[in-house]
Amino acid sequence: MNLTLRVWRQKSSASAGQFVTYDAHDISPDMSFLEMIDVVNDRLIKKGEEQIAFDHDCREGICGMCSLVINGTPHGPLQTTTCQLHMRSFKDGETITIEPWRAGPFPVLRDLVVDRSAFDRIIQSGGYVSVSTGGAPDGNAIPVPKADADRAFDAATCIGCGACVAACKNASAMLFVSAKVSHLSLLPQGRVEEERRALQMVAKMDEEGFGNCTNTGSCEAACPKGISLDNIARMNRIYAKALIKNSVG
Amino acid sequence: MAASVQNLQKRSSAGLLLQLWHSSLGKKYIMAVTGLGLYLFVIIHMVGNLQIFMGAEKLNAYAALLKSNAGVLWGARIGLLAIVGLHITSALQLAGINRKARPVGYAAGKPVASTFAQRTILLSGLIILAFILFHLAHYTLGLVDPSLLALQDGTGRHDVYRMVQQGFSNPLVSIFYIVAMGLLLLHLSHGVSSLFQSLGLRSKKTVGVFDKLAKGSALLLFLGNSAIVIAVLFGLIK
Repeated sequence: MNLTLRVWRQKSSASAGQFVTYDAHDISPDMSFLEMIDVVNDRLIKKGEEQIAFDHDCREGICGMCSLVINGTPHGPLQTTTCQLHMRSFKDGETITIEPWRAGPFPVLRDLVVDRSAFDRIIQSGGYVSVSTGGAPDGNAIPVPKADADRAFDAATCIGCGACVAACKNASAMLFVSAKVSHLSLLPQGRVEEERRALQMVAKMDEEGFGNCTNTGSCEAACPKGISLDNIARMNRIYAKALIKNSVG
Repeated sequence: MAASVQNLQKRSSAGLLLQLWHSSLGKKYIMAVTGLGLYLFVIIHMVGNLQIFMGAEKLNAYAALLKSNAGVLWGARIGLLAIVGLHITSALQLAGINRKARPVGYAAGKPVASTFAQRTILLSGLIILAFILFHLAHYTLGLVDPSLLALQDGTGRHDVYRMVQQGFSNPLVSIFYIVAMGLLLLHLSHGVSSLFQSLGLRSKKTVGVFDKLAKGSALLLFLGNSAIVIAVLFGLIK
């Protein structure tokens, strides 16, 4: 395959960026999207040019490290991670525009790499279950209804890649935060702290400068793990309950 | 809006309303509840106005009834004004945060999954606001044509029937009303379903019902309100 790439190049978060066009010829349709960039980078290195910086790690679709907005869609045309996207999803001769996640709280560090540590700080604010130390509890000591376990697991499949923020017209982090709130609050161990967790994580989300949810569903459509909008509704419920309790009691 | 985590403890004493006002989700609840209030108002408003098709006597009596108790009338007016004010202030504040959250936009591609009505809800809302101001100037304050408020029927009541008939005899005004009703249709087709999501009352199982309620009722409101304007334009209301 022969492709033309329009890639966002930016030296640092302080400098201005611009699109640079690259020729990507002789690309195998069986390459993953990231392998395709590897090949382009190899050629850039041989020519003595600066390679394109992009995030990647496991390349198995489970770590949440890869990103890229490909032709306007986070992770490209398939609902999967960029590492699991293959060049056969594109047409020979196509021009592909590659941009970083665009959000104020995700500043560009270099080229296509953005700083997603805002997500880490939201997790630190309440995305955990406090446990007293001691011996490991028996795995089945606390019974969990199957339906709850399934819903919690579905929410827990969120890999924190940030595609929801990238896709949302408001750069809202609601799908990510609500997945974490749901995953922990659906289980008996996490339910104990659900109100404090929702209040703190939402406050942190606001503080980091993410936008607000206008219920368009773009996040769900872009999520490589298919995290459902139901999680956002659940967080809206938990948060309302928490606000009332927090102000009354 | 940047209510820090450390501030949670302090805010707990500040009262529920202040907490609502200072959090993103709280403001969305305000949007949802005020939106629901305005939605119910436009339904009642339309049903009341459709009495025009039952004749002048019925409509003028209804209008006189609405204005018969000054306390109720002003209570309703002030309440509505407060609801509109909260809805718009919250919307503008949220939109300001949204704009800041995406300082650099995308160069390529179409928006993911979202609909036209969803993406333009702020714009449709602002044009509807302009329409509401005109509507009040037109029929409540009489600024467009002061003679409309002076019309009286045989019993000395305000002749609302003839006011509507004369008010819509200008095709430009009538077209503006119908366009505004079209924008209301667009606004409510997303808003009415969205508000239940914001309040945490919608799920994958019920989203279809809420979407149908939103689109169906928005269409009925458009047809019902436009019917009055069109009936005058075509001389069916004399």
